[in-house]
Amino acid sequence: MSQPDWDKNTVAQVIESLKDKPGAMLPILHGIQDALGYIPKGSVPLIANALNVSRAEVHGVITFYHYFRDTPPGQHTIHVCRAESCQSMNGTGLEAHAKAKLGIDYHETTADGAFSLEPVYCLGNCGCSPAISVDGEVYGRVSPERFDEILDEVRAQA
Amino acid sequence: MSIKVFVPRDSSALSLGAEKTAKAIASEAAKRELDIELVRNGSRGLFYLEPLVEVITAKGRVAYGPVQPKDVPSLFDADFLKGGSHPLSQGLTEEIEYLKKQERLTNARVGITDPVSLQDYLAHDGYKGLKNALNMEPAEIVKQVTDSGLRGRGGAAFPTGIKWNTVLNAQGEQKYIVCNADEGDSGTFSDRMIMEDDPFVLVEGMTIAGLAVGANQGYIYLRVEYPHAHKNLNAAIAAAEQAGYLGDNICGSGKAFNLEVRLGAGAYVCGEETSLLESLEGKRGLVRYKPPLPAIKGLFGKPTVINNVISLASVPIILDKGGEYYKNFGMGRSRGTLPIQLAGNIKRPGLIEKAFGITLRELLYDYGGGSATGRPIKAVQVGGPLGSFVPESQFDTPLDYEAFAANWAVLGHGGVVVFDDTVNMATMARYAMEFCAIESCGKCTPCRIGSTRGVEVMDKIINNQDRAKNIALLRDLSDVMLNSSLCALGGMTPYPVLSALNHFPGDFGVE
Repeated sequence: MSQPDWDKNTVAQVIESLKDKPGAMLPILHGIQDALGYIPKGSVPLIANALNVSRAEVHGVITFYHYFRDTPPGQHTIHVCRAESCQSMNGTGLEAHAKAKLGIDYHETTADGAFSLEPVYCLGNCGCSPAISVDGEVYGRVSPERFDEILDEVRAQA
Repeated sequence: MSIKVFVPRDSSALSLGAEKTAKAIASEAAKRELDIELVRNGSRGLFYLEPLVEVITAKGRVAYGPVQPKDVPSLFDADFLKGGSHPLSQGLTEEIEYLKKQERLTNARVGITDPVSLQDYLAHDGYKGLKNALNMEPAEIVKQVTDSGLRGRGGAAFPTGIKWNTVLNAQGEQKYIVCNADEGDSGTFSDRMIMEDDPFVLVEGMTIAGLAVGANQGYIYLRVEYPHAHKNLNAAIAAAEQAGYLGDNICGSGKAFNLEVRLGAGAYVCGEETSLLESLEGKRGLVRYKPPLPAIKGLFGKPTVINNVISLASVPIILDKGGEYYKNFGMGRSRGTLPIQLAGNIKRPGLIEKAFGITLRELLYDYGGGSATGRPIKAVQVGGPLGSFVPESQFDTPLDYEAFAANWAVLGHGGVVVFDDTVNMATMARYAMEFCAIESCGKCTPCRIGSTRGVEVMDKIINNQDRAKNIALLRDLSDVMLNSSLCALGGMTPYPVLSALNHFPGDFGVE
C-alpha cells in the first residue's frame, strides 16, 4: 500500500491531543489546518473514529465552514474583504484588480503556487477600508497600487 | 529615567504600518543614544490619525499622528520626547475633540494601557467590579445588571439582567457562560478592539457572569479572522489564572471559574446564538428552533448565558460603580453607552463611545467630517449587513433602539457604514441577497432558497426585465423571508433590500 501524501503522524498527534475536549471537532480541524495548511481528505476517517461520529458528519462540518479547506493552499493566502464597508471605498475595484493581477479567481492558487486568493466577509478593519489580509496580517486603505506593493513585500520575504 | 513612548498594536493601527513605525522609533532612539521605553498600547480608535504615537510628558500624554517611518527622524529633531512641536502634533491626547467629547465607560482603558499587562489593568480600576461581586449574593449581582438597564449589545438588545436571571433560576449542576465574539457585521470592530486592546475587561465580565448565575466554565467563541484578539485573550487568560483571578479558587473565595477561547471558522451565521452553540459543540452551525431558550437548554443542553463581547465587557463598570451609575447615561429605554463604529467612506473613521441619544448627523459631520471622498453622503447602513440603509432625511434620528425601530431600521451592534453619492442602491440590495445566499445555514427554506431567488430577481430588476412585475415579486419574497425565516439572517435580509428600494427607488429604475 502506498503512503499518503500528507503527514499522517501530525494529524494523529493533533487528534490525540484534542479529542477529549468537550466539542473537540473544531479544535481538531483547526489544529490540522494550522499544522498542514489544509485538512487532507484522508484524515476524515481518523477524526470520525476518534470522535465516534460518522465520516459524513466530519465531511459535513468541514464543508460547512468557509475557512476550512481540503486542498493545500499556496505559499501565501490573500483574503480580500467583499463586505459593505470595503465596497464603499472601492473594494469592488480592488477585488477586480487582485484577480487580474494574480490571474486567478477566488478559491484558486497561482500557477507558481505562491498565492491563494479567498474572499472574506469583514476583517474588522472597517475604519481603514478597503482591507485585505495576507497570512493573517491585515492591511488597510489598500488601493490597487498599494496591493501591488504588498505583493512585492510578501514575495521579498519569502 | 526612560521616557515612555506609545505605539499601538491594535490591528487597525498595524494595518496602517504601526509595526514599522515602532521599529523606526526604537532604532532612531538607539542611534541617538536616547533612553526610551516603547509601550505597545491598544488604539485610541482615532483611525484617521493612526499610527498614533504618544509620549508621556509633564502635562500628560501628547499625541503625534499619523506617523510613518519617514517622519520619525524629524520627530526626534523636534524633540517629541519632550512634547516638542511638529507638523504631526495633535496636542494632548485627551484634549483631541474627537476623544474629549466621548463617554468611555466600556472602553475606559482602550488605547491607554498595555493590553496584556495585568498590572496596567489593576492600576486603571481593573477588577474592582469583581471584588464587589465576590461580596454579593448571586441575585444581588443580577439585580445590579438589571438595574443598569443594559441590553444585549450584539444587536438584539434583549435585557441582559433578565437573561441572567433566567439562568440563575434554571435547575442544573452545570451551567455555562458563552461569549459571542463572532463579530461578523461589516462596519463593526468594537468587539475586536475590546479583545485586542483591553482583553482583561472581558475576562472580568465573564467571571462576574459566572458568579452571578453559578457557572464555573466559560467559552469565548472568537471568529478566526481576529488572530491578534486570539493572542491577547489567551495572554490575558493566562495572566489572570496565574494571579488567581481565574481558576478553582478566585481571589481566595473558594469559587471557581475557568475560561477557554474557541475559534470559529468563517461562518457569519455562527454569530446567531444557537448556531454558535452548535458550532461550539462541534457541529455544522445550523440554527436551532427556539424554544427552548439557551438560558434553559444551551451549550451541551445546559443552562447557558450567551452574551456579546460588549455586553459582558460593560459588566465590570456596572459592578464597580453600580447599576444606577450606568443607567444615568442614555435615553428612553436605551440606557448606558454604545460604542459606535464609524466606518466606510468617512473622513475621520473611528470608535466613538457615547451615551444613547446622539444623532447620526452629529456622528457623520461633527465627528466624521463628511465623506472621505468629499462627495455628498447618500446613505448609511447602520447595524451591519442586516441593517437598513438610512437616507439623509433620517440623519436627525437619535441613536436609540426604539427611535430606529420606528423608522424600520436597527442599531444592531452599532456599526455605521457610510456611502457617498456614487453608490447604486440596487447593487447594494443585490449584494444583501447574495450575502444571505452565501452565508445561509440552509436549515429553513425562506432563507436558503429565498436568498438565491432574491439575487435572480434583483438581476432582472437591474437589467430592466419586466421591472414592475419583478419589483412586486421582490416585495412578496421579502415578506416571506421576513415573516417565516428561522433566524435573523433570512429574517432581516429584507431590511437592507426594502430600505434601499423604498428610500432610493430611482436606483431600481422606479420613477
